Parts: sequence; structure tokens; C-alpha cells
Amino acid sequence: MADPILGRLEWDSIIFAKFIEDPSVNEAVASGAGGLVVIGGLITLALLTYYRLWGPLWRDWLISPDHKRIGIMYVVVGIIMLLRGVAEGVVMRINQAFALHGGAPLAPEHVGELFSTHGTIMVLFVAVPIVFGLINFVVPLQIGARDVAFPVLNQMAFNFTASGAALMMISLVIGEFHTGGWTAYPPYTGKIFSPGVGPDYWIWAIIISGMGTTMGAINIFATIMKCRAPGMKLMHMPIFCWTALTSCVLLVYIMPPLTVASVMLALDRYLDFHFFTNDLGGNMMLYANMFWMFGHPEVYVLILPAYGVYSEIAATFSGKRIYGYTSLVVASAVIAVVACLVWLHHFFTMGQSASLNAAFGIGTMLIGIPTGVKIYDWMATLWRGRIRITTPMVYLIGFFILFVLGGLSGIILANPTIDYQVHNTLFLVAHFHNVLIPGVLFGLLAGIYYWFPKAFGFRLEETWGTRSAVLWSVGFIMTFMPLYWVGLLGMPRRSTSFEDPGFVPWLSLSAVGACVILLAIACLVISVLVSIRNRKALAVPVGDPWDGRTLEWATPCPAPAVNFYTIPNAEGRDAWYETKEAGLAYRQGKATVVHMPKSTTIGVTTLLTATAFGFAMVWWIWWLAILSFVLWIGAIILRSFDLEQEYEIPASRMYAAEAAWLIQARQAPGVTRDDEITPENRGLAALEAK
Amino acid sequence: MRIPAAKYLLLALILGGAASVALSGVALANDSFTSPAGPIARDQLTHMYRVIGISMIAVLPVLIGVPIILIRYRRRKNTSATYAPDWDNSTPLEIIMWGVPLTIVGVLSAWLIHSTTMLDPYRRWGPDPLQVQVVGLDWKWLFIYPEQGIATVDDLVLPVDTPVELCLTTDTVMQSLLVGAIAGQIYAMPGMITRQNLIADTQVDTEGENTQFNGMGFSGQDFRARIVDQASFDSWAAQVAGGPVLTDEIYAQMGAQGHADDLAATLALPDGAPLHFTVPNATMFPRIVLRYHQNTAIPSHLQPGAPDYDPAAATLPAYAADDLSADACKVIFPSGHGHHAQHIDGGDHG
Repeated sequence: MADPILGRLEWDSIIFAKFIEDPSVNEAVASGAGGLVVIGGLITLALLTYYRLWGPLWRDWLISPDHKRIGIMYVVVGIIMLLRGVAEGVVMRINQAFALHGGAPLAPEHVGELFSTHGTIMVLFVAVPIVFGLINFVVPLQIGARDVAFPVLNQMAFNFTASGAALMMISLVIGEFHTGGWTAYPPYTGKIFSPGVGPDYWIWAIIISGMGTTMGAINIFATIMKCRAPGMKLMHMPIFCWTALTSCVLLVYIMPPLTVASVMLALDRYLDFHFFTNDLGGNMMLYANMFWMFGHPEVYVLILPAYGVYSEIAATFSGKRIYGYTSLVVASAVIAVVACLVWLHHFFTMGQSASLNAAFGIGTMLIGIPTGVKIYDWMATLWRGRIRITTPMVYLIGFFILFVLGGLSGIILANPTIDYQVHNTLFLVAHFHNVLIPGVLFGLLAGIYYWFPKAFGFRLEETWGTRSAVLWSVGFIMTFMPLYWVGLLGMPRRSTSFEDPGFVPWLSLSAVGACVILLAIACLVISVLVSIRNRKALAVPVGDPWDGRTLEWATPCPAPAVNFYTIPNAEGRDAWYETKEAGLAYRQGKATVVHMPKSTTIGVTTLLTATAFGFAMVWWIWWLAILSFVLWIGAIILRSFDLEQEYEIPASRMYAAEAAWLIQARQAPGVTRDDEITPENRGLAALEAK
Repeated sequence: MRIPAAKYLLLALILGGAASVALSGVALANDSFTSPAGPIARDQLTHMYRVIGISMIAVLPVLIGVPIILIRYRRRKNTSATYAPDWDNSTPLEIIMWGVPLTIVGVLSAWLIHSTTMLDPYRRWGPDPLQVQVVGLDWKWLFIYPEQGIATVDDLVLPVDTPVELCLTTDTVMQSLLVGAIAGQIYAMPGMITRQNLIADTQVDTEGENTQFNGMGFSGQDFRARIVDQASFDSWAAQVAGGPVLTDEIYAQMGAQGHADDLAATLALPDGAPLHFTVPNATMFPRIVLRYHQNTAIPSHLQPGAPDYDPAAATLPAYAADDLSADACKVIFPSGHGHHAQHIDGGDHG
């Protein structure tokens, strides 16, 4: 029976208590991970206090409705969760390398939690936040807008996602996560077979962050449709905006099935419903369908913006117009539509008829057509270009070579008859890592390197950046190519033990590869730290370090709060490049009064109340659940009485700021692309002869 | 710094690719479809090679073209390479870019329909196949041979060159049965029946497994699967028939979490005695399926596989032998059962 004050929360629920009772390697690893969260949190708090950063953190970030700052916060949340996700992956790979005849150091319960959190985190709390971060940051700049359509909704959306991430982190310290994988298939995750708090953490993290994702998607959709600068037709938008648009439309369609499925699972667990139970007419096939109606399009939601990044960097770093603009737009739209028609391929083995399987198998292969077109389009963009191999391009090269292999294994898996053999094996694990790492993650990292100067005013240095990019590819090959092979040999995913000694060399190679990925992450961190130290030499204040083609480069680095002092010319697909070519760049515009949204605490309120609500629901602390819910709704109602939600910036200030920037631009040396990555580059691109 | 990095990357990609190809060519004796013991697994393997081969038409241009483009068009001083900064479309190229993948997918789709239909797990390999009822439990498999009147735990023996139909269900969470050397996998779900037809043409001693994670003992849920000649099968069946009767009490013990050896310990079988049983009538399988169709909620201590499952309290519903279908994979509902019966076949095989 639940305690009226603490629900089912007990002293033993805290992870360290388990280690005190049972000091084994297994509990040490679990406590160590929990300890890292607590210590990391304490160190962050201490540093914030020591450097007196609480004020700036609050004023400039937490209550800021600025889409750029919200975008950066999304990326930061994603990177923090990435560190945890990668660490979990490395632990699992090492653990499995020792798992012959049950020799694994970690208990199966622990491994079950690891693969469940790893999957949930990597998809929903790494890929989604970084994708949303890039979209949030870049899209308004690319379409020449001063802000998103709904800045406050944007802040709330971010905080819902952050709240879900917070619940994931809390589950590491208090209680446990479930062991049913990121898909959380019932009946295994129902209350009969998983009576603990594990599935509840998953449910509330999914529902709360899902609300944020839906809000975010609606906001970006509205922004692209309504906030484009005068003159920018839809077919003039940069490809990244198109991919963001298709991705957000897709999200609005696919979030409901996930939300409904997780709410139904919650009803089963909390209120004794029987949607997915074994008895009383429950049917888990319903859950599998609904989950994958979300789950499959979700990977296209993630990869479309990555395709957008590849499109931007392929054009910029080969100094060419993007090849096949219309094809790329059509291909994105086709992918978004067909993505919703393939979900059944996640369970070809559920016993449906051959004709149904064949239909979904063909649907799945159809996705290969627009995807192939995109890859050829990027190759054609590089063809007859002047290619500069910067860090984003190294990621693009790795993507080209590795992603086609992932596509190939996707085509293999699309064949139901082969899927019967390799479904649920490490072959499948290798496949989706092959599309998600070189496909999504490389794109996101490339995007971070590409747009970093626009966010912080200085470039990221190249030496450690390229090392990191190369190590990512090498580590990926070493980790996942062996898994294809052991998968073909029939090794199931999620194995905690195996009997065939022939697997050992492959799994060991894979474990070493995982450590190479750790090195890649280390290089990435070093790259950022070195760049911060050398930020003066790397600064590109004029704003156009890569001889950019699209509007985000038509404003200083870092971009000012208003994005553009005067709204630039937005006509043409390469609006900024054409302006530069015509010799019309860096001219004083006609300054006007600008209205910007005021700071608001509704986001922080959302974060605190939603996290408290989720935590209370997980632990059956009903009074806290009711209180936090009422506070959250109350805060929204209260804020609706505040009618002055914007502040005004006079035209004279805009004029002065622009003038100051233009003086900087006139004084800076124009650099050719040969000097792009030298300290000469102050962000002013020299016009080069063709 | 950027030039060496790109070179290292290309080198690593090429070496990695070459190593993967070389290593994957190493044939190992194993229990998967890469060492097929029957026409299904063999066709599945052939089909995979076929798909890889056809897809190469789209894949190779990328693997070959990207390095060439990078080398030819990398920005350097005094390059003779053409530079076409404003070139952004070409109708012939567009036709090739869309046309080639479309054609490849068209060809692959035809093969996909053919292979999916021919290797459909529900398609029988001959009239009147040997039917084996399979019950997935945490973490073991119960195989019931209704014609032979026998049952085993984690021991599947099938005659060579004989069409076989497995009828699967579970008495716990969802599982997936795979005997890779012979055929693909199919899910097994509580209260439902799925089918896997198969045939083997080689006598092998291989392994089957559950591939769907179902708890802490998941990794040990594999079993020995043997394909033997008809005479050996008959004598094996006769030998199994000498085992104890599979009573409701023994079956209830099987539902508790644990592997086959845990079950042997619970049943206090003599050391090394196989988990072989006699099954007096064929109602056990229908009763297991119907456990979940009683129009009443089942508390957790009466659900096999639940952490607090109580074998002493759990009971299976009754089923009259008169209600048995001639098809051992079909469960006919006794009259009086409500609408919850509608989902008894997996997927759309209703």
C-alpha cells in the first residue's frame, strides 16, 4: 500500500542504498552511474555559484524566449544526454564481449535497464533535442525572420523535453528504469510482469516530452508558413527549411499514436484497464501497431533535417549552387509521406498474411528511391565544385560511404523473408545504428560545426574537429560491422549471455570500436575547449565565415537578439550569395521599430511542475501530482492576464547597431576560401573569380 | 591538418570495407541460415545474396564515385578540374537519378512478392504435415506432438524431408521462435496461435532460440533442434512416450520463471533424466490458449511468468475432447465463450 506522503518511495529506492547492501561490480556500476549524475549536478551548481553565473543563466537563458538561445539549450540537453547514452553503449558492448557462458560482469536486470534507457535516450533525448535545437536556431535565420511564430510556446516546448530528460536522469538515482527496451512492448511492461516503477518512468518521460515535441513541431510549421521574409517563396527556401518543414508536418501526424499508446499503457498500469494485457481481451498487437506508426516515421523525422544539413554544407563547401533543388524538395516530401506507410515492417513476424507483408515490404523499399536520389544530388553538387574538406565535410564523406551500407541493409531487411531470419538479431541493431549514426548523428554534428560561429561568434577549430569526425567513422565501422556478422549468425539482440565461442572475436572488436567512439567524443570535447580558449583568433564577427549562400550568414556572428538589424533581401534560392555577387551586401538598410517578446518564467514553471508531476505519478505521490498539475495550469492562466508581452526597440538603436556592424565589415579583410580556416578569417568572404 | 584527416578517413573506410568483406567470407559452421539445412533457409540466404547483388547497381556508384569526385574536385591551387558553380540541374541526369532506383526497386519488388509468397510461414510444404504445438514459457519451450501423444521441454526432434507445421502460443509474454538453419522466426503470443511451416532436407543437430527479450532468463532460452530420419524419429517418439504423464500440476510448474534445468530440479527428476512426457489427449494446447479467453481478469499470481506466480493455485480451463479440431493448430471455442475469442489467430490470419 502506498504511503500517503511518499507514495511507494522508500529509502531502498535510492540507488546507493542497494550498493551498501550488496557491494558487487554490478551495483558498483549502477551506483557509479547514479553518482556521476549527482556529482555532475553538484559540480555544475558549484561552478555556477563560484563564477556568479546564476544571474546570467536566469536572465539570458532560462527565461529568454529567444529562439536561438532555446535552440542552443536544446542542443546542450541533447549533448549531455548523448554523453550518458554513449557511456551506456560502451558499457553494454564491453559487457557483451565477456558474456560467453554467462561470464558477463553485469546482472541481466542491469543490462535490461541499460538497453532500455540507451534506446529511449538516444532517440528521444539526444536526436530529437539536437534536431529541434538546430531547427530552432537555424530556421528563423534562414527565412529572414526575427523570431519564431510562437516564442513562448517554444519555451514551453523546450522545457517539456527537458523535463522528460530530467525524469530519465532521476530514474538513474531513484528507483529503476524498465527492462523492456525503448519500445516498451506490453504485456512485458504491463503491471503483471513489470510491477515496479520502471515502465512508469518511461511512460511519463514519453508523454511529457511528447507534448513538447508536438508543440515544437506546430511552432516551426507555423513559423515557416507565416514568418518568411518578404520575397521568399516556398521554393526559394533553403533545403534545410524544407526538411524542417516536412519533419514537423510528419511529427504532428505521428505523435498522437505514441501518446495514445503510452496513455493506454498507463491506464493498464494505473487503473486496471486491459488494452494490452494477456487476459480479458487485451492485445499487444494493437500496441505494436500504434508504437510503430509513430516509431518508424520518427526516424525520418530525425534524418530529414540531417539531410537538410548535408544539403547546406555540400553546396557551401563545394562553392556551388545546390544541384537538383526541386528533386531534393520532392524527395523530402515523398519520404515524409511514404514513411507513414511502412510501420508494419517492424513486425513482419507477427503472423499476418504474405500479401500484407509484401505490401509493406515494397513500401519500405520505395523509401530507397527518394533517398537514393538525394545521395546522387549531393554527389552532383560536389561534382565540378571546389571542395574544401572542413570538419562538416569529413562527416559528409563518412555519411556517403557508410550510409549507403545502412541503406543496403535496410533494403535487405525490407524483404520479409530475410527479415524472418535476422529480425531481433544484432543484424538489425547494426542496421539501425548504421542509419542513425552516419545518417542522423553525423549530420547533426556537422550542423553544429557549421552553425557554431553563428551561435557563439567564433569558429570551432579544425584539428581536433577532424580527428573527432574521422574517429567517429572508424569507431562506427569497428563497432557495428561485426554486429552485422554475428547477427547473420543468429545472435539475438539484448543477449546477456551466449554459448558460441565463435562470437567472441567479433564482440571484442565491437567493444574496442565502442572505445574508439569514446575517443571521438573526447576529441569533440577537446575541440570545443580548445576553441573556447582560442576564441579571439577564431572569432568571425562579420558573420560569414564559410562564404555562405543563405540568409543566416547575412547577419553578424553571434547573431543579434533581433536576428537582422534590417530584414535582408530574401529573393532567390541563394539569396545572400546573390546579394554578395551583385555587390549589394553590407549596406545600411532602412531601420524600423522592432517588437520583440518579453522574457517569461512560464518555461521554468513548466519544467519544475512537469518534472514534479511526472515524478509524483511514477511514485504514486498523488498530492504532489495534483498540486503540480494545478500549479502548472494556474501559471498558464495567470500569464494570460499579462497583456504586454512584447517590448519595443526604437529604430535609432537598430540603425546604430547596424552601422557599427558595417564599420566592422568594412575594416575586416575579405578572405578567400584558401584562408578559410586561418585566423585571417574574420567572417568577411572575398568575392572570388569563377 | 584537414588534408591528412580526409586521407585517413578514406583509407580507414576502404580498409574497413575490405576487411568486412574478407571476414564475412569466412564460412563458419553455425546454427543460422548461413548454414542452411532445408529449402526455406537456403532460399532465404539465396534471396539475400540476390538483393545485395541487385542493390549494388545503386550502391557502387556512390562507393566509387565519391572518392573520385573528392580527389578530382578538391580545392587546390592550379587545378585543371572544371568548376561549374552555377550548374544546378540536368534533365537527363534527373531521369537517371530517379529512373535507376525506381527500376531497381521495381525488380526487387517482384522478387520480394515471389519470395514472400513462396516462403510464407503459413504455406504448407505438403498435405497433412506433422503438427507440433509449441508453448513459449519463461524461459523454456514446451513442444507437444499431439499425433504421437508426447511432449518435451527444450528438445525439438523432427523427421527429415517431412512437412512440419508448428503451432505457436505462449503462456506468458510475447516470444519469438527461431530455428535459423531450417526456417525464419515467428512471434508467439498468449491467447493467440501463429504458425510456422517448415521442412528440412539435411539431418542436423542444430539449435533454436527465442529472439524476443522476455526477462532476465531470456539469454538461456535456447533449445536443441535435431533433424533425423523417419526411423530414428519413430524410435525417439516411442522412447519419449515412456516418460511421466504431463499432468496439470506438472504443467503449472512449467509456468514459473526459470530455465529447463530449474524445472527439472523442481520436478525432482532423476539426474540426467530428459524432460520428456506422455500426453494422454490433445486438449492441453487449446486449454492453454483458452486460459486468456475466460471473460474474466486473471490476477497476477495466476499468470504464468509473473514474478509472484503461484503454480499451486493456477489452473487451466476445461476443454472437452469432442471439441477438438482435426487441425491441431486450430482451437474451436466451446459454446458460451464471449467476444474476446475473436483475436485467437495472430495478425490477420483469422
